[in-house]
Amino acid sequence: MDLDYGEAAEAFRAHVRGWLAAHLPAEPLPPMDTAEGAAAHRDWERRLADARLSVVSWPAEYGGRGASLLEWLVFEEEYHAAGAPGRIGQNGLFLLAPALFEHGTPEQRARLLPRIARADDVWAQAWSEPEAGSDLAAIRCRADRTDGAAGGGWLLNGQKTWSSRAPVADRAFGLFRTDPAARRHTGLTYFLFDLRAPGVTVRPIAQLDGRPGFAELFLDDVFVPDADVLGEVGAGWAVAMRTTSSERGLSLRSPGRFTAAADRLVGLWHEVGDAGDTALADRVTDAWITARAYQLRTLGTVTRLAEGGALGAESSIDKLTWSELDLALHETALDLLGPEAECRDTGGWADGWLFALAGPIYAGTNEIQRGVVAERLLGLPRGRR
Amino acid sequence: MRFALDAEQRQFAGSLHELLADAAVPTAVRLWADGDPAPGLAVWKQLAELGLPALAVPESAGGLGAHPVDLVVAFEQLGRHAVPGPVVESFVAVPTLLAEIGHREWLAALADGELLATLVLPPHVPYALDADVAGLVLAADLGTGDVGQLATPAGGPERSVDPVRRLFRPGPARSLATGVPGAVARAFDVGVLACAAQLVGLGTGLLEMAVAHAGRREQFGQPVGGFQAVAHQLADVHVGLELARPLVHGAAVALGSRSGTATRDISAAKVAAGTAAYRAARTALQVHGALGYTLEHDVAFWLTKARALVSAWGTPAVHRTRVREALR
Repeated sequence: MDLDYGEAAEAFRAHVRGWLAAHLPAEPLPPMDTAEGAAAHRDWERRLADARLSVVSWPAEYGGRGASLLEWLVFEEEYHAAGAPGRIGQNGLFLLAPALFEHGTPEQRARLLPRIARADDVWAQAWSEPEAGSDLAAIRCRADRTDGAAGGGWLLNGQKTWSSRAPVADRAFGLFRTDPAARRHTGLTYFLFDLRAPGVTVRPIAQLDGRPGFAELFLDDVFVPDADVLGEVGAGWAVAMRTTSSERGLSLRSPGRFTAAADRLVGLWHEVGDAGDTALADRVTDAWITARAYQLRTLGTVTRLAEGGALGAESSIDKLTWSELDLALHETALDLLGPEAECRDTGGWADGWLFALAGPIYAGTNEIQRGVVAERLLGLPRGRR
Repeated sequence: MRFALDAEQRQFAGSLHELLADAAVPTAVRLWADGDPAPGLAVWKQLAELGLPALAVPESAGGLGAHPVDLVVAFEQLGRHAVPGPVVESFVAVPTLLAEIGHREWLAALADGELLATLVLPPHVPYALDADVAGLVLAADLGTGDVGQLATPAGGPERSVDPVRRLFRPGPARSLATGVPGAVARAFDVGVLACAAQLVGLGTGLLEMAVAHAGRREQFGQPVGGFQAVAHQLADVHVGLELARPLVHGAAVALGSRSGTATRDISAAKVAAGTAAYRAARTALQVHGALGYTLEHDVAFWLTKARALVSAWGTPAVHRTRVREALR
C-alpha cells in the first residue's frame, strides 16, 4: 500500500501546472450562463483541447491522451488549485461520454466525442419532468415511431424540466417512453436530440444565483433519427444508470476541487480567523480533514477500478460526501468572513455557497443516495417509501 | 500508486476476524469488567499465536517488524470485536518506545505474548490501563522525553465510563532513559494510530450489530430497518466509517515512510475515527432502543468503549490542534 504517484504522474503534473500558469485567463471569465460568458468558456475549452488537456483520460482518437485515472486526478488537482474556469462542457464530458464509451456505436463515438472534447457541442440534461423527479422511472415524455420524409426515426413529445445548461447548450440527452404499455423502468429509451430542432421550446429558469443555469424544455413532435438513439430501444434505464453513477461518483466531482477549496479555506482562516474562536477553527479543521479523506478514498477507488473493479452503488457514498463537504466548506468560509460574507464579490465564497446548495439535490437527492447506501451496501430491507 | 490492502493483508484481517468471532469475546469482556481477566487473557494467548504482539517489535529483537499498515489492519479487527485489555499499549506503544530507546530487555517476552505491558503518557494518557494484569508498566513524558518504569499499582482501579477499561493512577517511577522526546513522540504517534484503527473497528462492529437488529426487529408490520428514519441514520454511519478508514490507512502509509506529514495525518485519522465511531455508537443505541440501554445486550460494551477511546490517546481538541498547526 502506498501513496506514491510515480514519476510519470508527477511529470504530467508539472506539465499541467506549467501550461495553466502560461495560459490561464488573467481575469475570471464572465458567468457561463450568459451569452458572453458561454462564448468565453467555449473558447477556453478549445484552447484546452488544442493542448490535449480537455479530456486527458480519453483515447487519442477522440482528443485525449490516454491518461490513467490517477493522471486524471492529478490534472483535476492542478486545474482546481489554479482556479481555472468551470467546464461548460461538463454534461457531455462527464455524463454523456461515459455512456457513449459503454453503450455507443463506433459511429456515434466518432461523431460525438471529438465535438464534446472541444465544446463544439455543449450538452444539456433532460431527465426530470414536472411529475418525475426523484422517482425518475415515472417519466411520461414519449417517443413514437415515425417513418416520415426525413427517414426512420422518432418523434419526441412532452415536457422536461431542471435541464441543466439548456439555455446555452446545443443538444440534450435524456429518457423517453417508447413503449406506453410497459411500466416503470422498462420501455424507456435514451435519446440524443438537438435543442434547436423544430418543435423544441427552451424556457430558461433563474436559479438561486439569479442566472438561468437550467430551463424547462417543451417538445412538440421533435424528430430524432435512429442514429441518435443511444443503446437499445427499450433499454434506456440501464444506459441512464451508467450516466448517473458517473454523476454521483468519480467523474463529476473529483477531489481536487475540494482539496483546493479546503486549502483556500485554511488560507482564509489564517488571513481573517480569530485565534480565540476555537469553534470556527474546529470547523475549518474538520472540513480540511474531510477533503483529505475524500481524496484518499478516491485514490482507493482508482486503485480498485484499475484492478478491474466497478464503481457501482459505492458512488452514493461519494455523492453524499462531496455534496455535504462543499456546503461545509462554503458555510465555514462565510462564517469566517463575518459581516463581509453578505457581499457577493468577497472572494467568490457567497457564489460558491449558492452553487453548493444545489449539491444535495441534483444527481439524485441525498435522500435517494442514503436509500441506495442502506439497501444496496448495508443490505437493509426495502421498506415503504 | 496502489492505495488498497494487498491480498495478504486482507487474509490477515479475515483470519483475525474468524478467530475473534469464535472466541466468545463478549463473555470475556463481561468477566474482564467484573475483575476476572482469565477468559480475556485466553483470547490474548490466541492472538499471540497469530503473532499480534510481535508486530511492532523489531525483527532484530525477536519480533516481526511489521509495517504500520499491518498494525492498523489488526487493530481494526481488535476494535470490531471489542477485545479487552491494553492492546494499544502492550502490542504497539510499549514495544515501539522500548525499541526507540534501545532498551531491549523485555522485547522478546512482549513479542511472544508472555509479558503484557501498559503505560502512562501524561497529559494525554493519564492512567495506566489494566495495570493489574500488566507485568510491565512504563511512564513517558512527551515534553521532557523521560522514560521510566512504574511499580505495579497498589490502589485502584478508578472507574472508567467503559467498565472493561480498568484505570490505575501512576506511582513513582524508576528511570530508564532521559531526554528522548523523539522516541516518546514516536510511541505516542503509533499508539494514536492504533487507537484510531481500533475506533474504526468499533464503529464497524456497532454498525453490524445495528444493521442486523434493524433487519430482524419488526414494528408496524415491517422490519424497522425499512423505515427511512432508521435506514438513513445507518447510511450516515456507514459513510462516516468509509471516510475514516482511508485516513487511517493513509496515516499508516505516512508513518511507515517516516513522512513529514505523519503526525498531521495520524491526528486527522484519530479525529475522524472518533467522530465516526461515536456516531455509530449513538445510532446503534437508538436502533436497539431500550434493548441497547441494558447491560444484558453486548451493544452496551461497544458503546462505552467508543466513548472512552474518543478521549483516550489525545482528545479530539488535541488532535484538531495538531492538524491545524501542521497547516500553517
